[in-house]
Amino acid sequence: MFSLNYVRAKSLKHAAELLAQNPEAKLLAGGMTLLPTLKQRLARPSHLVDIAAIGALRAIRPSKGKLSIGAGVRHYEVASSPIVRQAIPALACLAGLIGDPQVRNMGTIGGSLANNDPAADYPAAALALNATIVTDRRRVKAGDYFQGLFATALEEGEIITRVLFPLPKQAAYEKFPHPASGYAMAGVFVAVTARGVRVAVTGAGPGVFRWNAAERALGRSLSPDAVAKLSLPADEMNEDIHASREYRANLVNVMTRRAVAKL
Amino acid sequence: MARIKLTVNGVRHSRDVEDRTLLVDLIRDELGLTGTHIGCDTTQCGCCTVHMNGRAVKSCTILAAQANGADILTIEGLAKDGELHPVQQAFTDCHALQCGFCTPGMIMAVVGLLKDNPRPSDEDIYHGLEGNLCRCTGYINIVKAVKQAAAQGADGH
Ligand SMILES: Cc1cc2nc3c(=O)[nH]c(=O)nc-3n(C[C@H](O)[C@H](O)[C@H](O)COP(=O)(O)OP(=O)(O)OC[C@H]3O[C@@H](n4cnc5c(N)ncnc54)[C@H](O)[C@@H]3O)c2cc1C
Ligand code: FES
Ligand code: FES
Repeated sequence: MFSLNYVRAKSLKHAAELLAQNPEAKLLAGGMTLLPTLKQRLARPSHLVDIAAIGALRAIRPSKGKLSIGAGVRHYEVASSPIVRQAIPALACLAGLIGDPQVRNMGTIGGSLANNDPAADYPAAALALNATIVTDRRRVKAGDYFQGLFATALEEGEIITRVLFPLPKQAAYEKFPHPASGYAMAGVFVAVTARGVRVAVTGAGPGVFRWNAAERALGRSLSPDAVAKLSLPADEMNEDIHASREYRANLVNVMTRRAVAKL
Repeated sequence: MARIKLTVNGVRHSRDVEDRTLLVDLIRDELGLTGTHIGCDTTQCGCCTVHMNGRAVKSCTILAAQANGADILTIEGLAKDGELHPVQQAFTDCHALQCGFCTPGMIMAVVGLLKDNPRPSDEDIYHGLEGNLCRCTGYINIVKAVKQAAAQGADGH
């Protein structure tokens, strides 16, 4: 790791000031993505601004018919929270599938959404549930927030403070994890909402995306059979040493059917 | 440089370290507690698992500065009054190790697992140990040891 300066932010305002004063500074939340990157010397921030101790980012609470989760809430807290389990059980279940216990004990929802790894789990939930990403500056709908491979609507120095999830009528998440890393080879979040069915796919393409054809089919008939004959264009899927495009396209179909069967 | 104060296995320590110092390096090189191992560069093997404020974490992927003020438990802190912790004893009884390199991290992960889930099913054990890799045992005896420790109520640490 290159040498750097570590600062523990006392408040959101303090964190924002530190970022404004130091253009090469980076936020540090759980560190489960950032520290492996720094250990490999793939980034060289001047400062790490640790936001883990900021109490205002740590709350899980109902908010006007929605579920509000603070950016600094760790994966294990979402997985084990009675409030989340009651409001959106599929979200608690998803959090319990991220990485491994030690990673879940540190990693945060804000860090995961800021990073927007194409194989991360939370982006699928945020997009399918039509979540709102709340920052220290504004509110962004998930549909506008995710902008492809590791890209988001976040501006320089902007801090995610919480995520607002509308409550679905029903929801389920299914993922096919990579056997070594646990990241999704394909993960599908299906949400049945008052305005119809939403299907979000992670791990398979260059960024999280909605599978519109499956949404329409499930809108007509909410059963695994409804999507059995649908296929995604393989040329839009990722291909790497772990899986071909065709294999990933097929996995998305299988994960979608499993998720619907779980509703 | 910054002064880091933390409690390790019940003993308070204070050290001046560079900001980029990893918690595992502080534990091993500054405090001489070499039971916590480093087995990879990718946060995947779990050999470096310790407890920070009661939760199992990978100390190779935490800065010492993040642990400033924290309460840390390492493998050296498990045995009490010369008696092995029930999870350590179960690993011995069930022959749950061969080379032993993964063992300290594995045991710290198991202690964390049993704290959250004192009566884990086989599935719970597989899922709960996903953050720890063992190159030797094939895991079968490790799962046996977890069950023995659970049967003896090892969660009461
Ligand atoms: C072994 C391993 C397995 C994993 N498996 C999975 C998996 O299966 N699925 C999965 O989804 N993820 C997985 N992860 C990633 C994990 O979920 C991370 O916790 C997460 O991606 C990042 O969260 P963090 O809090 O650790 O963020 P950090 O690493 O601290 O930060 C990540 C990035 O986000 C920025 N950031 C952090 N917080 C904020 C904020 N509030 N506002 C704006 N920017 C912010 C940081 O500056 C940094 O650029 C895995 C990680 C490891 C090490
Ligand atoms: S040394 Fe491998 S996970 Fe920490
Ligand atoms: S006993 Fe050798 S790595 Fe587990």
